[in-house]
Amino acid sequence: MANRNEFKTGNWSEAIDVRNFVQLNLTPYEGDASFLCGASERTKKVWDACVEALKEERDNGGVRSIDNILVSTITSHKAGYIDQENETVVGLQTDAVLRRSMKPLGGVKVVEKALAENGLEMESHTRDIFNYRKTHNDGVFDVYTDEIRTYRSLGFLTGLPDNYARGRVIGDYRRMALYGTARLIEAKKADLAAISGPMSEETIRLREEVSEQIKALKEITLMGSYYGCDLSRPAETAQEAVQWVYLAYLAAIKEQDGAAMSFGNTSSFLDIYINRDLEAGLITEEYAQELIDQLVIKLRMVRHLRMSSYNEIFAGDPTWVTESIGGTFNDGRTKVTKTSFRFLQTLYNLGPSPEPNMTVLWSNALPEGFKNFCAQVSIDTSSVQYENDDLMRTTRHSDDYGIACCVSFQEIGKHIQFFGARCNLAKALLLALNGGRCENTGKLVVKGIPALSSDTLDYEEVMTNYRKVLKDMARVYNDSMNIIHYMHDKYYYERAQMALVDTNPHINLAYGVAGLSITADSLSAIKYATVKCKRNEEGLSTGFDIDGDYPCYGNDDDRADSIAVEVTNFMNAELKKLPVYKNAEPTLSVLTITSNVMYGKKTGATPDGREKGVAFAPGANPMHGRDKNGAIASLSSVSKINYTSALDGVSNTFSIVPRSLGHNDEERCENLISMMDGYFSKNAHHLNVNVLNREMLKDAMENPEKYPQLTIRVSGYAVNFVKLSREHQLEVLSRSFFEKM
Amino acid sequence: MLRVHSYESMGTHDGPGLRLVVFVQGCRFNCLYCANPDTISTTGGKNTSIEEIVAMAKSQKAFFGKKGGVTISGGEPTLQAAELIKLFKALKAEGINTCLDTNGNNMNEEVRELLEYTDIVLLDVKHMNPEQHKYITGRSNDNTFKFADYLKEKNIKTWLRYVLVPGLSDQEEALIALGEHFKDFNNIERLEILPYHTLGKHKYEVLNKPYKLENVPSNTEEQLERAQNMLKPYFKYVQVN
Repeated sequence: MANRNEFKTGNWSEAIDVRNFVQLNLTPYEGDASFLCGASERTKKVWDACVEALKEERDNGGVRSIDNILVSTITSHKAGYIDQENETVVGLQTDAVLRRSMKPLGGVKVVEKALAENGLEMESHTRDIFNYRKTHNDGVFDVYTDEIRTYRSLGFLTGLPDNYARGRVIGDYRRMALYGTARLIEAKKADLAAISGPMSEETIRLREEVSEQIKALKEITLMGSYYGCDLSRPAETAQEAVQWVYLAYLAAIKEQDGAAMSFGNTSSFLDIYINRDLEAGLITEEYAQELIDQLVIKLRMVRHLRMSSYNEIFAGDPTWVTESIGGTFNDGRTKVTKTSFRFLQTLYNLGPSPEPNMTVLWSNALPEGFKNFCAQVSIDTSSVQYENDDLMRTTRHSDDYGIACCVSFQEIGKHIQFFGARCNLAKALLLALNGGRCENTGKLVVKGIPALSSDTLDYEEVMTNYRKVLKDMARVYNDSMNIIHYMHDKYYYERAQMALVDTNPHINLAYGVAGLSITADSLSAIKYATVKCKRNEEGLSTGFDIDGDYPCYGNDDDRADSIAVEVTNFMNAELKKLPVYKNAEPTLSVLTITSNVMYGKKTGATPDGREKGVAFAPGANPMHGRDKNGAIASLSSVSKINYTSALDGVSNTFSIVPRSLGHNDEERCENLISMMDGYFSKNAHHLNVNVLNREMLKDAMENPEKYPQLTIRVSGYAVNFVKLSREHQLEVLSRSFFEKM
Repeated sequence: MLRVHSYESMGTHDGPGLRLVVFVQGCRFNCLYCANPDTISTTGGKNTSIEEIVAMAKSQKAFFGKKGGVTISGGEPTLQAAELIKLFKALKAEGINTCLDTNGNNMNEEVRELLEYTDIVLLDVKHMNPEQHKYITGRSNDNTFKFADYLKEKNIKTWLRYVLVPGLSDQEEALIALGEHFKDFNNIERLEILPYHTLGKHKYEVLNKPYKLENVPSNTEEQLERAQNMLKPYFKYVQVN
């Protein structure tokens, strides 16, 4: 057994400080991918069993089986296995693989609906509990005001986490391996003792939370014992380190069904243990790869029980097990290790997959060998997204962070995030043209918005109204967030994850906007062309006549791009003025997930010429077909959105056919690297990279059985293409694929 | 002012690396297979200031990497050589690599000056046989050969390009003549074989022009490979584009 004392000691030895441990003990790797191994025999056997289970899940309409009796908690389900004798890393959410469980504390009706859609009912004794026990969803709707309900039901605020768990908290799962629960409990007990009177509401709440965290740590220890793992002590080997980290994560996903429950930045941490055991001759490279392959298999099998309507906002049954790979230390050393490569290698060993959501923290200073491998993996699998490490590290002042969900910075163990879904900027613009009334229903949403003086739209007049609308939308949005997060803490607190985060962490509130490109193009049309509003008998806008040319966002033309920048800055500034529950810091994302389709459906015709109901472009993408100057001009436009005004992230999804990247593999890799270096050096934040042929996607729509693992990057995450609804598939096909004649 | 037809900001097939390709309006050739017939007319296009194009190139410079830059294609760029001198001078001042895609038909004082600011030339040779060249383009190939000689004399880095059209320009003797003629040009770094494609065909319908190669098929993989093998002995590098 290797000795813990072989690690370089430092502050981590005395206090809970994983970053310090990583800094002192990491071995950066500057070489290429030639050392990597294929899947071991054991891994192949376990994965084959999963492939079989995944097929059953697909054939059964997307859900393999459901436990309708036990409410899932950290300790509810005893040990479950896929193929026990071949599993190097163990642990399932329930007793069987892909078997979903009930987590009703977000909202019991939601779980009942999901069960009913699958032909099941909640077992009666279990259902009976919720005749006495209130849930998050009940709490929120007890408090919601009429105006929040109006904004919500008409589609100005959508996807709010008021009937599902908010997610977005990343536990520092590394702490389990480095310290074990005994030491962690000791630290939390010391924290609790230090939280003393006077007993304000805030202090009382914090003491209760820390007490809950301590209980969760004890339950995690018990859960570990089901699998024969003594989690009370630190991990001693590479295998234990991987196992301990995974079990900590497993506890979180047994207790919570947050929309996005991300994994953090574990790869370089785990490399320290793997590297040590390799150097000591205790394990081989094949075994090192097996550990990561088998961890990744487990992360691919994470499931939550969802209602089918959830699919509208988050298509393809995603879980956002986001793992952040690479990056740089503040002192300039790379954080790339051999295990960074090993994580990406799983996409070859097991085939492409949307989960875990592989996110490379890109820096111009990344070693060339790693850049090359990333580019190759992107070209071969379209399963990787990239985020600007240089930008985040310097703006957010931390080199120990992960990505929560799709694009959101989170300092691991120090920050958490309150998820805030998004508001519809384009629909809000129509309020400005309709005297504050909803364009579809005529219902008055914002008071005090004057009718326009003419149907020929005047830019300044429209902007004056629009600013008033946005200000009001920010106010109502903020109210809804405060209610939701208060209730989530009260009824569905993330005990297991918060036990692995510092007591009283910094909180970012993640607001979001949808429809940015539609809004920018509409305002540009009003400013640079002549736009006439057509109205129905009720005086509501139904369409627009555009006379003349106008610049569109996405062509590296400042006239249009600056409007997108300005709207983002304005909305962010309005939100920042409003105080948030638990003193959270307001941040904003330009991200839609797949809700751009649903947002479009709810939005009438817009002054850019878009017709009623047509899908928006995703995230911060320019509208499909309007970026006429090619990919680089489009990327340049997106890079202009200020990260400091959108600290929760600016998502961009890029699709290109292989030929357009270059003649051969070598050129394609080289050009993709040039492109990403260029994009991120212009302070752009995020990029999904798809290298795909449109024909392949069309074929996959018709013959899904041929493409069970076809993965594409959507807005900030990846999905199995064949799991998308036809409507979402068609929307993906309509997007700008950069092709060349 | 430059008459611009359109842009492709992610050019990966018109010169080295990632390039901003500016397609200019106007050409005196009238190639049977032209894929951009809408760029032939010398009227049309959008009058664009040199400053605007330089600003675009500067904004996109970060993407060019070590090899990329700006390519002027068309249309035939040398018809607007006087304006291009200003553009290329400004791009060189910004440290941006310049590439000129030309049929080599025009040579004059202005073109000679333009070449002083050109890092690399893509020289399109349509056919080696004068009659066949005239049949394809409507003009003789004399000027193109003189242009090539000038590039050799000035030792300007050149990629030779040859559109391979089944039955029209893929005759064995034509390919051998191409190799024999250029084999000693040390300034030529590579030969690019451009496979004939019909992707520009729909543009003829829009322009109400007859498409003259109605029954000509695209190249087969075998035809491309055969041409590549035939030309390999003559050039440092042969690329099917």
